[in-house]
Amino acid sequence: MSKRLLIVVVEPDSARAQPIADGLREAGDHDIRIIAEQSGLARQVADLRPDVVLIDIANPSRDVLEELALASGPAERPVAMFVDRSDEGLTRAAIEAGISAYVVDGLRPERLKPILDAAIARFHIFQQMRAELAATRAALEERKIIDRAKAVLMKARGIDEEAAYALLRKTAMDGGKRVADIAQQLVMAAGLLGR
Amino acid sequence: MTVLRLGYVPLIDAAPLIVAQELGFAAEEGLTLDLVRLGAWAQARDMLGAGLIDAAHMLVPMPVGQALGLGPALPGMDLVMVLSQGGQAVAVNRNLEDRLRRAGHDFAFDDARAAGTALRGVAAGRLRVGVPFHFSTQAELMRHWLPACGFVQDDLDLVTVPPPMMAEAMARGEVDAFCVGEPWASFAVDRGVAALLLPGTAIWAAPPEKGLVLLRDFTDARPVETGALMRAVWRAGRWLDDPDHRGTAAEILSRVIYLNLPPELAERGLTGRLTISARGEMRDAPRFVAFNAGAASFPWKSLAALFARRIAGRHGLDPQDAMACATRHFRTDLYRQHLRPAGTPLPGASSRVEGALAEDRTVAAERGGMILRADGFFDGFVFDPAAPVPGA
Repeated sequence: MSKRLLIVVVEPDSARAQPIADGLREAGDHDIRIIAEQSGLARQVADLRPDVVLIDIANPSRDVLEELALASGPAERPVAMFVDRSDEGLTRAAIEAGISAYVVDGLRPERLKPILDAAIARFHIFQQMRAELAATRAALEERKIIDRAKAVLMKARGIDEEAAYALLRKTAMDGGKRVADIAQQLVMAAGLLGR
Repeated sequence: MTVLRLGYVPLIDAAPLIVAQELGFAAEEGLTLDLVRLGAWAQARDMLGAGLIDAAHMLVPMPVGQALGLGPALPGMDLVMVLSQGGQAVAVNRNLEDRLRRAGHDFAFDDARAAGTALRGVAAGRLRVGVPFHFSTQAELMRHWLPACGFVQDDLDLVTVPPPMMAEAMARGEVDAFCVGEPWASFAVDRGVAALLLPGTAIWAAPPEKGLVLLRDFTDARPVETGALMRAVWRAGRWLDDPDHRGTAAEILSRVIYLNLPPELAERGLTGRLTISARGEMRDAPRFVAFNAGAASFPWKSLAALFARRIAGRHGLDPQDAMACATRHFRTDLYRQHLRPAGTPLPGASSRVEGALAEDRTVAAERGGMILRADGFFDGFVFDPAAPVPGA
């Protein structure tokens, strides 16, 4: 019987951290800790001496863990980087799911795989939600730019809002471009001309 | 139009990539750049390694660390051109600022020897210095400057702090000083937690800061797109080095989808006119950041060797092997091949003595002459990649 593994999940948002921890518990009998407070992260992780650390690939605090993985000598290294010389497919799947893992040296791949699989499954869901949120934000941003472009046209040419939008749309269609792109160019040009 | 996905971390030196897309330099080469904002340097490396992005904005020493086997096992990465020189600032917390002023330091922002010596005089106990990444120009600058001013190894603690969190780390008292790329040093000044002590260029006149990094497999399999991208980015850098364009560049960079900060903040680093303290004192730092002028974008093999030797020394690797290995990942061959058609000035040699130019100098180029910018270290340090390694 191998010893229980200590898995640390670094995630400030508890609404995300909890389902990940649940998924990991289903994957095996492990000790799971969540670190939400990111100040002094290196010290927190070093003190726990975990077998596995899981963190969002885009979390800026990752770079702190990189240092931890590199800084200590090989003998005392608390976490080694997960390096998948053994299983390239698994690393790639983890990166694609938006997760990065730091794993203690010598942990057997067959023990690691179910943990990572469980984490990957949870992260995939977040990845999707994040993509949807980003798309909504981009659409909002575009709406704002189009509104500003319309205002520029209305003022410069003395036309109403509807006519301004029609003009933007026609220009976009003629040039094979998106309305938002034309609007962006117009707003920037207007800025240069000081209007 | 071919779409290429590029990863960048929000800093003013991502400008060549953003400008290449926004001002049509990419379109001129038949490219659309899908710019992906990243949260961590390790993310840039991993996403590039997994092929989720085609090219990355990366700290120049990162591909060196990767070449030396000090990162995860990912496909080979090459730096094809340097994106920026300088752009970093060194800051101290308000307490150190106060002590420095009382000791008579003038915060002139141009004398690394004076600032370093004054700092040594007032620092008590270990000095904790924030840097953005283990393999970064900032870390190398700090490891060069502070020991040259009397700090010994035991006096120093280099701590990794992500750039957007630098101000917060200082406010919480986790670091006493830091070296970070703009606009994050100015951001800390505006938060009232830091005073700027030096620009990176006061320590090393032309410190290579970010590079354009691609997978070697990509540069082999898609030479047409590689060349198109390099030319678009090079022309964007040339546009950026016209002082009249820096204000516009700050506007573009600051948009919500990129840095999402007030343009005035990005403008400080881009124009080299910085507010250094909560008192609102201003300092001019000529050449604070360069993107193109004076062969700034050439990926000198001697730079790879310089970083490799320093990193190897800290990680117990053979310096000679490390230098040989790292230089193969700085692709002066691709730079020549792909930028020659754009009329880019190309130096005759691909390696040189680093730190040897006290002032700008005209040197022989492939065609005619070209100007190389001054690249001296404040303490006269020079690095000859061909010289024998001491003790080896």
